[in-house]
Amino acid sequence: MNDLHTLGVGELASAIADRKTSSVEAAQHLLARAKQHSALGAYLAVNEDATLAQARAADARIAAGERSPLLGVPLAHKDIFVTKDFVTTAGSKMLEAYQSPFDATVVQRLAAQGAVTLGKLNCDEFAMGGSNENSAFGAVRNPWDTTRVPGGSSGGSAVAVAARLAPAVTGTDTGGSIRQPASFCGVTGIKPTYGRCSRYGMVAFASSLDQAGPMARSAADCAVLLSAMAGPDLDRDSTSLDHPAEDYTTLLSRPREGATAAQPLKGLRIGLPKEFFGEGCAPDVLATVRAALAEYEKLGATLVDVSLPRTELSIPVYYIIAPAEASSNLSRFDGVKFGHRAAKYDDLIDMYKKSRSEGFGPEVQRRIMIGTYVLSHGYYDAYYLQAQKIRRLIAQDFQAAFAQCDLIAGPVAPTVAWKLGEKSDDPVANYLADIYTLSTSLAGLPGMSVPAGFGAGGLPVGLQLVGNYFQEGPLLQAAHAFQQATDWHTRAPQGY
Amino acid sequence: MSSSKSLLVGGYEVVIGFETHAQLATQSKIFSRASTAFGAEPNTQACAVDLALPGTLPVMNKAAVELAIRLGLALGSHIAEQSVFARKNYFYPDLPKGYQISQFEIPVVQGGEVSFFLGDEKKTVRLVRAHLEEDAGKSLHEDFIGQSGIDLNRAGTPLLEIVTEPDIRSSAEAVAYAKELHKIVTWIGICDGNMQEGSFRCDANVSVRKPGAPLGTRREIKNLNSFKFMQQAIDYEVRWQIEQIEDGHAIQQATVLFDPDTGETRAMRTKEDAADYRYFPDPDLPPLVIARDWVEQVKAAMPELPRGMAERLVRDYGLPEYDATTLTQSPAMAAYFEAAAQASGQAKLVSNWIMGEVSRRLNAEEGDIASAPVSAAQLATLIGRIADGTVSNNAAKQVFDALWTGEGREVDAVIEAKGLKQMNDSGALEKIIDEVMAANAEMVEQFRAGKDKAFNALVGQAMKASKGKANPQQVNDLLRQKLG
Repeated sequence: MNDLHTLGVGELASAIADRKTSSVEAAQHLLARAKQHSALGAYLAVNEDATLAQARAADARIAAGERSPLLGVPLAHKDIFVTKDFVTTAGSKMLEAYQSPFDATVVQRLAAQGAVTLGKLNCDEFAMGGSNENSAFGAVRNPWDTTRVPGGSSGGSAVAVAARLAPAVTGTDTGGSIRQPASFCGVTGIKPTYGRCSRYGMVAFASSLDQAGPMARSAADCAVLLSAMAGPDLDRDSTSLDHPAEDYTTLLSRPREGATAAQPLKGLRIGLPKEFFGEGCAPDVLATVRAALAEYEKLGATLVDVSLPRTELSIPVYYIIAPAEASSNLSRFDGVKFGHRAAKYDDLIDMYKKSRSEGFGPEVQRRIMIGTYVLSHGYYDAYYLQAQKIRRLIAQDFQAAFAQCDLIAGPVAPTVAWKLGEKSDDPVANYLADIYTLSTSLAGLPGMSVPAGFGAGGLPVGLQLVGNYFQEGPLLQAAHAFQQATDWHTRAPQGY
Repeated sequence: MSSSKSLLVGGYEVVIGFETHAQLATQSKIFSRASTAFGAEPNTQACAVDLALPGTLPVMNKAAVELAIRLGLALGSHIAEQSVFARKNYFYPDLPKGYQISQFEIPVVQGGEVSFFLGDEKKTVRLVRAHLEEDAGKSLHEDFIGQSGIDLNRAGTPLLEIVTEPDIRSSAEAVAYAKELHKIVTWIGICDGNMQEGSFRCDANVSVRKPGAPLGTRREIKNLNSFKFMQQAIDYEVRWQIEQIEDGHAIQQATVLFDPDTGETRAMRTKEDAADYRYFPDPDLPPLVIARDWVEQVKAAMPELPRGMAERLVRDYGLPEYDATTLTQSPAMAAYFEAAAQASGQAKLVSNWIMGEVSRRLNAEEGDIASAPVSAAQLATLIGRIADGTVSNNAAKQVFDALWTGEGREVDAVIEAKGLKQMNDSGALEKIIDEVMAANAEMVEQFRAGKDKAFNALVGQAMKASKGKANPQQVNDLLRQKLG
């Protein structure tokens, strides 16, 4: 079969299970395709031997009669997840040749289900950024318009799915890093409730915000991956939630109470925060989102006006808390034990300074400095503590809104993908573009990006759906119902 | 609080507060599953978490929390229902994460006190807190020319840092406090107390002031790892501070180290270069929640504490307080006493023997009473033989030595073999006394001339002639009778 890349997770798993193709054939095909489209910059590392060994093992399991939804399906991982078989760089020169002795829990769980790893995907350095231009190994290009950014930090992940280099991938989301690139590249992505997926083996950026999630072409495919990824990991991650894994695929098509065939979402109340629909949002994005919401009404949902009054504050709050945690998390990269060490230095302090100045890119250095500043004696109360207080208020705002609705919807980002280099010299402009995703992360809530159509220049626009804690099932169900009625998510960029 | 009677040194009052790092006796590290055993080859007991490899995360070892609860219960502290782990950020090559996980604003153990005797005066030192934290690794500078080696075996070892109020008023009191705390942590089994290996390390915050003046500026003497150095270091530091003040120099807040070779303290760093540790709650660890029933479970499994046990020994065995305190140095010693006292029915004699012969032997051999070659049962039998007049106290010491060295194994057999049975036959004794009096006519004369000292000499001669077997009381009586 030479159109294997056109298949999503479900279709590919069936084709492999039915022996129409094999895991090895699928892996080879997708690796060849990754090479063919290497100009996109999506992949940072491949290891054909390791991939094919995994694929052969999956084929053997299939030959032995085993069947499961991910058995033999090739996937790729954001280069934030550490892996035994592939170098893990986190997009940083600091870890250019870093080889982890263990697999991240998420990687391990997907592998246990028989998924095969194609390689590691480009991202902003240490997941810091919203355009993937902060990777030490080059920017990633948006396949819808290769002069534009794919979003970030999971830019390589979004591009791999959009350009059909992998049927599904993993990403991580700290302030929007799954949802925003999914929106920019027209793919489906979900950031689960904080603590739903283990953080063990994720190179830490901001510990209280980091969360792993799947990205794929459809909500149904995301459901397959998330079912394998989620669940407690209490022996390795103290912030992992003691909440059993769920079968999201089953939840996807479980009929809602009072639903009909024509109106599968009957009774679903979708809250529209007025702060998400203001003048900060580009008209093409707003129009696309409103059209998607109209579709939801057709599916039986009712739209309710709600308010998240502290939305604007989420930007300063996030850009205090995340850098504070990052400044501490990145202290281990000191040139002593692993990672980059300067070739020449005078003494210990000089070794630290040179190794870190050479190893970290400008955005990472900027955030380390911001974080160090806000935690410093005399500033801690004014910045860090104050930010934590507002963070709690932001979470309370969501609870107040959820008293009136089941899900919250709005745009993922105020604009479609911008031009490469357009905001490179303006970090604040980059930060402001995160306005619709940060508050969800600060509250620890699950959020999704669902392809909703196309805006200016034929560029994809995502609809953001946010659920209450542990509402990944209803979120995926709402996205799935939309995708049953629309075909935005099936569109591939020209030439891919 | 220390007593109102304060000891002045050159007109100054000494004020000392303590910070003690007790290494908790857990099998594995505080946030990882690597072993805490001492003395392994460098970096063989450091797992991915201890090495701070990317993607690793800490998971609290409940055993360490339980040991902290034990200390809190032993010292009458409040056990926080919820305490918080914080990151103390600083760069050092043997600190793998670039931060130490510790507790800052809300520690697990809050308040409490340590009471002890200094001579016959009871002292009480109040605790501020005890908090859980991880140890760092070790930098090895000696073996690597121009470079340093890092051994991360110790990284992540659980520590309890026990902090007092500045209640201590002298170096002697400081040592007494440290010894009492050492006794308690080993007694309740939370720390092996090995000061050489660094399991129990003390930092002393020392300042001086004129009586009634506000607290002076303190200097912190770091890493005092023996009681002897502790006293020397504090004494030196106090003298130095007083000299400085007398010479018109203000004391600068500083961290100092004691050099046992010179007997001096020397500043490592001053307040000016004190780091800003940028403490903040560790987002990798949720607050440590200790449910009431966990505390109750730990309480139920606690051993009898030394202070309570000493009181009981006074009450149940009629021992003086000094004896009771001495015998409760360790659970093993107390158990040894109780077994021997109960078997012999001679509590005070047993106490004298343990504080005398047994301790002398143990000290000489740096041995532990748990493995003493003379068992409590053997000692009880021996003391029984003293009490019933079979052997004299001196003869009993010979029996004890024989048992200790393994020359003999059974009390009565040793007495028999060595012919140590006391001479209770008055006829034979009379004969010896007559011979002694005849041979020492001069002394007999002196005694009769009123020199009482001569009597003791005659008793000595008689005892010697009996080869120690005579009952001294009987010798006394007979001699007086004959001289009278």
